[in-house]
This record gives sequence, C-alpha cells and structure tokens, in this order.
Amino acid sequence: MLLGTLVYGFINSCILALVALGFNLTFGISGVANFAYGAIYIFSGFLTWILLNSLGLPYLLSVLISILCASCVGLAMYYLIIIRVKGLALSEVMATFGLGLAIMELFRYFDFVGFRYNLPVFFDGSVAIGDVYIDYQRLIIVLIAVGLTLWLYLFTHHTKIGLAFRAIAQDERTALTFGIDSDRIGALSMAFGAGLAAIAAIVILPLGTIAVEGGYEVLINALAVCIVGGLGSTVGILVASVLIGYAQTFTANYLEPHWMMLVSLIAIAVVLVVKPSGLFSHQKELEERI
Amino acid sequence: MKRRKERIDRGIKARSEDIFALSSYREMFYLLVPRAIPVVGLLGVAPFLSPYWKEVFISTAVYALLAISWDLLISAGLVSLGQSLFYGIGSYVAGALNYYWGWSPLFTIPVATLVGGVLCTVMLLPVLRLRGIYFAMVTLVLPLMLMRLVEATRILGGTEGLTGLTPFPNPVTSFYIIQIALLIALFGFRRIIDSDYGLVIRGINDNDRSVMSAGINIYWYKTQILFLGASVGSFAGAFGTHVDMFAGMPGFALDYSLLPVASAVVGGMGTFAGPMIGAFILVPLSEVLRALGALRIVFYGLFLVVFIVALPEGIFPYMQRKYHQFERWVEIE
Repeated sequence: MLLGTLVYGFINSCILALVALGFNLTFGISGVANFAYGAIYIFSGFLTWILLNSLGLPYLLSVLISILCASCVGLAMYYLIIIRVKGLALSEVMATFGLGLAIMELFRYFDFVGFRYNLPVFFDGSVAIGDVYIDYQRLIIVLIAVGLTLWLYLFTHHTKIGLAFRAIAQDERTALTFGIDSDRIGALSMAFGAGLAAIAAIVILPLGTIAVEGGYEVLINALAVCIVGGLGSTVGILVASVLIGYAQTFTANYLEPHWMMLVSLIAIAVVLVVKPSGLFSHQKELEERI
Repeated sequence: MKRRKERIDRGIKARSEDIFALSSYREMFYLLVPRAIPVVGLLGVAPFLSPYWKEVFISTAVYALLAISWDLLISAGLVSLGQSLFYGIGSYVAGALNYYWGWSPLFTIPVATLVGGVLCTVMLLPVLRLRGIYFAMVTLVLPLMLMRLVEATRILGGTEGLTGLTPFPNPVTSFYIIQIALLIALFGFRRIIDSDYGLVIRGINDNDRSVMSAGINIYWYKTQILFLGASVGSFAGAFGTHVDMFAGMPGFALDYSLLPVASAVVGGMGTFAGPMIGAFILVPLSEVLRALGALRIVFYGLFLVVFIVALPEGIFPYMQRKYHQFERWVEIE
C-alpha cells in the first residue's frame, strides 16, 4: 500500500509538472497569466480525437497537427488579443479567461461529453515494481515529463531563441537594446506554452476521458503548482509538483478522493498567505504581489 | 445675427463640481436627468413587465448588485474573480437560518447580509495584502474550494442543498425590495466614492505606496471596503435564495463570478452605473439566448474579450462623455 502510494504519488507529481510547465513558461517569459491554458489543453485533446476518429488520420500525424494547431492558437491569441492589453494584468487575465471559457463551453455545446471521448494509450500493458502494477502509459508520462524538463533546460540555455526568452524574462529593456523583439518573443512564449499544453494533453488524457471540466481542473492545478513553486521558476515548479502531487495522492488514498482537489486549492491559499512570492521565486520581486 | 456653438456642461460643471450653485432649473435639469433615468427606469417601468420578464428582472437586479459590489472592490484595487463567494455565503447563511430555525425572510436577509459580510471579510482578510492578479487568483479559488468542501463533508445538505425555503409573501414585495436595494447601492456607493473617504479608496487603487507614506493604514480601509462589497454580495445571495427557495452548491457557481465581471467590463469599471447597465444588457440578453443552452457562456466569454480589446472604457463612460459634449447655439453679443 505504502509503496503503491509512493509510486503513484511520483507519477502524479510528474503529471502536475507536465501540466504546469507550459503555463509557467508563458508567465515566466512574457508575464502573461494565460487563463485560457486549460481550454487549450482540452482543445488539443478533442482535436486529436477528431483527427483520429472522425478523419481517420494516423496517430503520429494527428498528434503533430494538434500540437501545431495549439501553438497557432497561442500565437494568434497573442497577436489578436494580448498585444492590445499588454501590461494591464487584469485585462490580460479577463481576456484570456473569457476566451478560454468560450472555447471550453463551445465543446460542451457541441456535445463533446461522454466516455467515448478518450485517446489511445501509446502501448498497452503494465509492469510490476515489487507488488505494484503500473501501466506503460504512466511510465511514459514520467519519461516525457523528465525529458521535456531536460529539453526545456537545454533549449533555454543553448539556443538563440531560448536565450532571448530568458533575456526578456530577466530584463525586458536591456533585452530590447540587444535587438530582441519583445512582442515576437512574447508571442513565441505563448505558442510554446500552448504547445506544451497540447503535449501534456496527449500524454495525460489517455488515462481517462476528455471532459470539459478537466480544463478547469488543469488550470487550477497549473495555477497551484506555479503559485506554490513561485511563478517563473522552473526549480520551484518541480519541487511544488512533487509536494502537491504527493499531498494529493496521500489524501486520495488515506482520506477520500473527494478531497484531492481541495489539496491544490488549499496549497494556493496557504502559500499566498504565508509566502506570497512562492517557495522558489527569484525573478519576480515581492513588491509586485503585495 | 451671429451664432456660435457652446458646450452645455462647461458652466454647469464649473459651478456644480465643488460648490452647488446652480443658477436655473434648466441647469438642474441637465444634471438631474441622467440620475433620474435609473430611478424612473426601475420604479416606473418595471411594474408593467409581464410576469416572466419580472422574474428575469429580479435575477438581473441580483446580478447588477453583484456587479456593483465588484465595482466597489475594484475602486480599492481589489480584483475579485469570485463574486460567487459572497453570493454563496449569503445564500447559505440565509438558507440555513430559514431551514434549521424557520426564521422568516424578514430576519434572515438582514442577518445574512451582515454575517455574510463579516464571514467573507474574515475569509479574505489574510490575502488582503496581495495585489492584482494574486488577489484575483485567491478569490477565483475560494468559492471552488468551498463548493468542494460542501461536497466532501456533506454539511448543509451536501450536493442536494437546502430545499423548500420560505418564499417572499408575495412577488410584489420581493420586486420592490430588490429595486430599492439596487438604487441604494448604486447611489450610496457613488456618494461614498465621491467623498473624502472615497478619495483615499481611489488613492489606494492608483498608488497604494503613496497612500501608505501619507500615514494611512491602507489595510484597514481595504477591510472596510471589502466588508461593504461582501455585504452587498451577501444580500444578493440571501435575496436570491428566498426567491429560488433553494440554497446549495450552485450558489458558488462560476456564473455568479463571471457575469458581474463581464457586466462591469461591458458597462465601464469604476462608475457603478456602468456595471448596472452592463448587467441590464447581459442578463436579459442571455435570457433571450436561453434556447442556445451552453452557448450562452460562450457569448459571455466572447463579450468579455471583445469589450476588453475594442471598448476598454465601457459603455457608460462613453455615454457620459457624449452627454457632456452636447452643444447648443448661442448668439454672439
């Protein structure tokens, strides 16, 4: 029982990290809290389903198309909406929230509800660790979460665009003097964030069904992890997802699954009260929040 | 005879802004007409609505109250994405008092207004120091959390809610109660914000550091504003509960958070009349669109986006500007 809880807690942590990476990337670089994040997650899930089942495309192709489409949505969101209200945090939040709501409820309107909306797993079967059985999909989630984190690290430290990302995040004005276009980087960061949401959706959604409510839950989980870890800090994201992931799994196993969602909500409230900048935030000064 | 165009408001504005020295009935009329519109509109026109539209009107007024309360909070720089917290708390307090002890709406509503205001203020007190989207995130999360809490602990009727509450003695009473409450909130809040006290509040919104350096305890002011806003929200909740004869988890639903924000954005933030106009546009519109089902929320979302991008000032400030720009012909002496 304990071993199982530990293993599944780790998997849950990886899921949370995967979900939060994209949100954190966008916020860390362009400072836009993308409240449409959950909607993009659900959007790419349904899009993959449509491409697979209604159009009958091969799996790899439909996955690639939906990741690309999600990125395009992020890009379009930046150039059509965000760019006009850039810097007005409230307007940014409300505009993205409104758009996310519109996207999610549109799916509900077109009756995308039910158990038939699920994505296929990569490989069937399971493996035993001690006396705990884990299906391959959960192992793949762990692998992809670790892989993506590593890739993001390498990307932001060793490529030109990645370095420009970090430059804008650290000091926008100085970055501008080096000829880095902050709007282009902002748009790219939205696109990357949306793309990461799509990857997370494609990897995680095979565990259950694609439901509109999932979008809200993803948004809250991403917010929880980012706030606890400190928005914009990748180390913080990893630590926070381990913390919340284990806390959720332990509550689900030893209390009641009902309480699971409460964990992330309480985590948000407690961290904002006790240490508003998050556990590991170094970029954003406290002044911005208090 | 030579004539030129003259702005009507210039002279009136100069004389009426600080000292009230109006020289003619005509000038008083100019100032009074826009203020009389909501009073006449609510008390005069509303009784002639059909029963169905009367019900729509009541729910519109509830949303308008929530929107006005949202606007009061935003005046102090508190961005609330969780008006449903106030609504839900108010409705549960009133519902519980009525359900368990059988109090009549006459007592539950005032008690729920005060107790709900205090409860919400206490709940948000720890996060009052947060600014901008961080405060917004907590307020977005709190009602969801309480909803889960009710679901998990099954207190106060759990997922079923409290049903069969006492309705108002007759629809006419409820109809007038909400109208008068709405007018009091609208004009009262406008008065508060225009006073010296309101100057401090607006100062906190514009630059809280400089208000702090003037030796003013901004957290105490924010607490007061939060209590006022929360009380009005709780009143809306308590009222809505007795109209629906039901208190339950839907009180914490996203509808009550989203619509007031959308109304305020559409109508114009920080003006109080704006959010009310916004609510009176959006809620009846959604009633007309009821046949579309879930598509309504899609419309709200898009409304929010379009107005934020295209008309960020909102409808009311736009109308106000146009009214002040009225011109008339005068002879040149």
